[in-house]
Amino acid sequence: MENTDPALLPSIIFTTAAQLVDCVDKKLLVVLRDGRKLIGILRSFDQYANLVLQDTIERIIVESMYSDIQRGVYIVRGENVVLVGEIEPEKEDSIPLKEVSLDEIYAARQDEINHRRQRELTKNSKLMDIGFSIDTQQEDMY
Amino acid sequence: MLFFSFFKTLIDEQVIIELKNDMSIRGTLKSVDQFLNIKLDDVSVVDEVKYPHLSAVKNVFIRGSVVRYVHLPGAVVDTALLEDATRKEAASQASKAGGR
Repeated sequence: MENTDPALLPSIIFTTAAQLVDCVDKKLLVVLRDGRKLIGILRSFDQYANLVLQDTIERIIVESMYSDIQRGVYIVRGENVVLVGEIEPEKEDSIPLKEVSLDEIYAARQDEINHRRQRELTKNSKLMDIGFSIDTQQEDMY
Repeated sequence: MLFFSFFKTLIDEQVIIELKNDMSIRGTLKSVDQFLNIKLDDVSVVDEVKYPHLSAVKNVFIRGSVVRYVHLPGAVVDTALLEDATRKEAASQASKAGGR
């Protein structure tokens, strides 16, 4: 059992490279810190999780609707990456989302943004009433 | 390096990674690296309805910088060993700082 103890295995298999090398040439979902979801084929990466994605589409998801935009080749700076997921081809056909037109998704997204802004304003005014100061810095949107 | 080694001992355990955006992902810990980036197999999102975009995904790589918590089953953690390792680490840090 000793020689399979992960704490004693050579450290090379526990590097960022080792984690992502299995993902190369695979179709991946990448979630970014600004909330964007990119789906593309991973061609290259490095220790910072900088990524090169080919045939990328940006999928905009609002509630149970989605719409795709063709984007081509991306180099994504690692600091923006939240997670990288391997897409299972079989499960891709049965996602619980409905595809809609770009116009529809933009409208739905604008609605969602407006509702969120309203909730923020109400929340902030209530907080200010009880003495909190409001942090107006826009946090990560994912 | 302490927590890197600690996570290496938890490989193949079921964990829940809570991200800074409040999303929680359950899965089997398969890999970790020096930045505490995490690879999980066989994932399921804790609130699937709220986060439907991961429905077609089975394995994920999570960048360490976005993790808030790693929830572990208490039974797999040897707290005595962890305390011991922490004491050793603290001692080596103190001697490194003192030496300057």
